[in-house]
Amino acid sequence: MGMTITEKILAAHANLQEVSAGELVNAKLDLVLANDITGPIAVKEFEKIGLEKVFDKERVVLIPDHFAPAKDIPSAQQCLDIKRFSQKQELTHYYEVGRNGIEHCFLPEQGLVLPGDIIIGADSHTCTYGGLGAFSTGVGSTDLAVGMAMGEIWFRVPETVKIILKGKPKNPWVTGKDYILAVIGKMGVDGAQYKAMEFTGDAISELSMDGRLTMTNMAIEAGAKNGIIEVDNKTIEYVQTRAKRPWKIYKSDYNAVYNDILEIDVTSLQPQVAFPHLPSNTHDVMDSTHIKIDQAVIGSCTNGRMEDLRVAAEIMKDKKVHSEVRVIVIPGTREIYLQAIKEGLVEIFIESGAVVSTPTCGPCLGGYMGVLAKGEKAISTTNRNFVGRMGHPESEVYLASPAVAAASAILGRIAAPEEVL
Amino acid sequence: MTELKTLRGKVWKLGHNVDTDLIIAARYLNRSEGEYLALHCLEDLIPNLPQKVQQGDILVAGKNFGCGSSREHAPLAIKYAGFSCIIAESYARIFYRNAINIGFPVITAPDAAKSIEGDSIAEVDPKTGKINDISQNITYQGEAFPPFMLEILSSGGFVPYIRKKVNGNA
Ligand code: SF4
Repeated sequence: MGMTITEKILAAHANLQEVSAGELVNAKLDLVLANDITGPIAVKEFEKIGLEKVFDKERVVLIPDHFAPAKDIPSAQQCLDIKRFSQKQELTHYYEVGRNGIEHCFLPEQGLVLPGDIIIGADSHTCTYGGLGAFSTGVGSTDLAVGMAMGEIWFRVPETVKIILKGKPKNPWVTGKDYILAVIGKMGVDGAQYKAMEFTGDAISELSMDGRLTMTNMAIEAGAKNGIIEVDNKTIEYVQTRAKRPWKIYKSDYNAVYNDILEIDVTSLQPQVAFPHLPSNTHDVMDSTHIKIDQAVIGSCTNGRMEDLRVAAEIMKDKKVHSEVRVIVIPGTREIYLQAIKEGLVEIFIESGAVVSTPTCGPCLGGYMGVLAKGEKAISTTNRNFVGRMGHPESEVYLASPAVAAASAILGRIAAPEEVL
Repeated sequence: MTELKTLRGKVWKLGHNVDTDLIIAARYLNRSEGEYLALHCLEDLIPNLPQKVQQGDILVAGKNFGCGSSREHAPLAIKYAGFSCIIAESYARIFYRNAINIGFPVITAPDAAKSIEGDSIAEVDPKTGKINDISQNITYQGEAFPPFMLEILSSGGFVPYIRKKVNGNA
């Protein structure tokens, strides 16, 4: 019987010829990841296991990015906990503030995650790396502790849903963010629960690597275990200059078994906006223009990449942010930040009246650098709009692409890019 | 290994898609001790809930319980708030794994989760998945855990379970 990419990667890492959906396997891990929020618990649990050393000091990545640079004393302690552990374990991949970025922007950029890998991260958006043709999934701190100790962990092989996106959008502002919001809008927040989402079709082939990573980033928002996209020339081009270890390409067999197949024609898709309080609550941008906003956030592991900043700058160039709006732009990594400076994007943002922050998760999870007050509304390029996600439980978050967020920043209400340009 | 006991308590009823931000908001994630997290458990949904929970109470919820973040702080907050288990129509994957990993039983039982009412008294046998709605005198069969998950639960969590494997059966 044929296998999907996900099944092939799991089989190879479990030393099996074949696996099929529903089977429990023990799989070897290529990389394990944690941050300043989930890391401290993982470290404590690791120490309870009673092993001296992690399974491989080159394959454990710890990154302070959520509340870092530390927002308060307890956060500083959490950052210190993972730093001390990294020192004690002599980890190769601990990255201090100023040399890192938001983990899911940083790891692909640095070539730390590669096609064919199995990666677990104590962060739900670890599914991002599926955009490179890897099997990667979020776990909690205890699973991570066991992963750090043993270098392997159990998985239930997920059923795969194939999502075929075809056509070329007529609207030039439609991006990977709009594709994934449309998919989640169709499937619901538990539509792919426990499953793998395999994205394919000519619209995906046309999509940039940045756009693909945005899509797999949000697979978890449909409840999926992982999102995955087959490796093609774009992937190879992206990976080959960054990789420092070998990697492998897996493709789904023609007779692979899918649990479900969803086909979406993106030709007439419009930019999408997810209303509070679920990412599946999607509307066309033109049906959302009555909503006034207090804040716009452009950044995060979903949309903090180079292409995202370029689009936002294109729209905001020579324009002023609406007088009643705060705009916070956060490049995803140090490298992206530097590149944005070189290309003059940072100047455009600051000239227009936006704030540009050092890379951090910050406002995405209501941490700091843009927390919302009671009753405030934000348009945000992030991935979640749950109650209280960015601050007060009575604040509201609307999810959209960088293009829509930038246009909204200028008009002070949710806006389509063509209303501004 | 300890014998898994039957759990009994008053039911707190919640809806669908209760996410991890609602269970424990990110503003409290600068700490990770269960006792601290418990003080803010579900506070944006039910104000002052931790003061009202009696040790052993049971959460009954709809679909996709625990969706969102991977924060293990979520099941920790619920466990330390005094709840003995959760009965739900379905769970988000990471939350489910996290709960088992900290030795906290989460029972999948769509019928029971739909029918059991708030404030009633329920009894759960984590070994078999059997649920007894004492108030209405109805029993339900929830999904039983596979043997290795039962072993994790009766070891008190994934780390004690692994520790035994690493150090031999000490
Ligand atoms: S940017 Fe937001 S979603 Fe991404 S890792 Fe940080 S907190 Fe999580």
